[in-house]
Amino acid sequence: MKSRIRKIVTLVEETRTEMGKPVSPPTRRCAAAAVIENPFAGKYVEDLSELMEIGEELGALLTERAVAALGIPGPSAESYGKAAAVGENGELEHAAAILHPKLGTPVRKTLGKGAALIPSSKKRGGPGVALDIPLGHKDAAFVRSHFDGMEIRVNDAPRANEILVAIAVTDSGRPLPRVGGLTKEQIKGEDGLR
Amino acid sequence: MPEVQLRKRAIVVEEIFHEGGPVAAAPQRRAAALAVIHNPFAGKYVPEIAGFMEDLNPLGVEMAKALVAALGGDAKIVEGYGKGAIVGQAGELEHGALWHVPGGYAMREILGNAKAIVPSTKKVGGPGTRLDVPVTHINASYVRSHFDAIEVGLNDAPKADEILLALVMTTGPRVHARVGGLKASEIKGQDGLR
Repeated sequence: MKSRIRKIVTLVEETRTEMGKPVSPPTRRCAAAAVIENPFAGKYVEDLSELMEIGEELGALLTERAVAALGIPGPSAESYGKAAAVGENGELEHAAAILHPKLGTPVRKTLGKGAALIPSSKKRGGPGVALDIPLGHKDAAFVRSHFDGMEIRVNDAPRANEILVAIAVTDSGRPLPRVGGLTKEQIKGEDGLR
Repeated sequence: MPEVQLRKRAIVVEEIFHEGGPVAAAPQRRAAALAVIHNPFAGKYVPEIAGFMEDLNPLGVEMAKALVAALGGDAKIVEGYGKGAIVGQAGELEHGALWHVPGGYAMREILGNAKAIVPSTKKVGGPGTRLDVPVTHINASYVRSHFDAIEVGLNDAPKADEILLALVMTTGPRVHARVGGLKASEIKGQDGLR
């Protein structure tokens, strides 16, 4: 592996009721995160291709961890998102190198289809910083019931020379969606939008 | 006593490969099971609450089993444990104390009559409050390599009238344990202490 992983964390959440109303079936989502060494911490490096390769590796690893933790086959996933927090000796561009060029392809390979953009967020922060991973339907970005976000944090990461990389996968949308818009049943799935 | 109303549950698993030192032959794993339940005593002083402990027993057993499953399914792999509770602001600390018996005995039962007292902590807090759940060896509290803690919390819990309950288990010592003291190999296993 190109990435030097210190730690892998998975968080699975299952919502059974909301405001006392049963959620049936319960909504389930998983965030899988890796804490890796930042090979470019503390210096300016022009060529970030090593981080792009790391992104490709983590795209496969973390998506597999997420569907395993949810106990579902990849194609049963409904929405996804990705995010990274760079420790204080790194730059935001390091998160961009991991997340944007190569991470998506293995995610889509594991989950099937995935015409929609994978929504993302990034930040710089210290250990315990909260990552809010945006979520959107994997086949059609406009599915309103699946606009969501999932928080994950790891109390001892990222250290100054580390990057926390996270992928979120769900088998559902929000618990009790009722603000209209495109529904998942109406997905055409051609352009990744509708 | 009122029935247990579960809004949400979550499982967090951490797999630790190293912390700056040699990469562990078998990575240490730590897991936390969280349950967000309605606090039936919120908003008022209720003198008699102890009966609710019995109502919590099935939830404790379910959470302990879920932890063992998240760590691979074999209870023999578990070496450390702990428990905790965060009581929403309309409740009192004493409501968190209701978790001691059902949470502790559930784990000891699932783990084959573990001998050591289950270390615990509790507090009153709002949504997103974090709790550092202490961890010690399941058969001998004084095993120094297994003194640890796992931070838990959920961004949307506990609401004012809820309690967040936590059980945690680990599969081994701190990843680079080297400060001496009683070793796991030296446990006599008679009193739960040494």
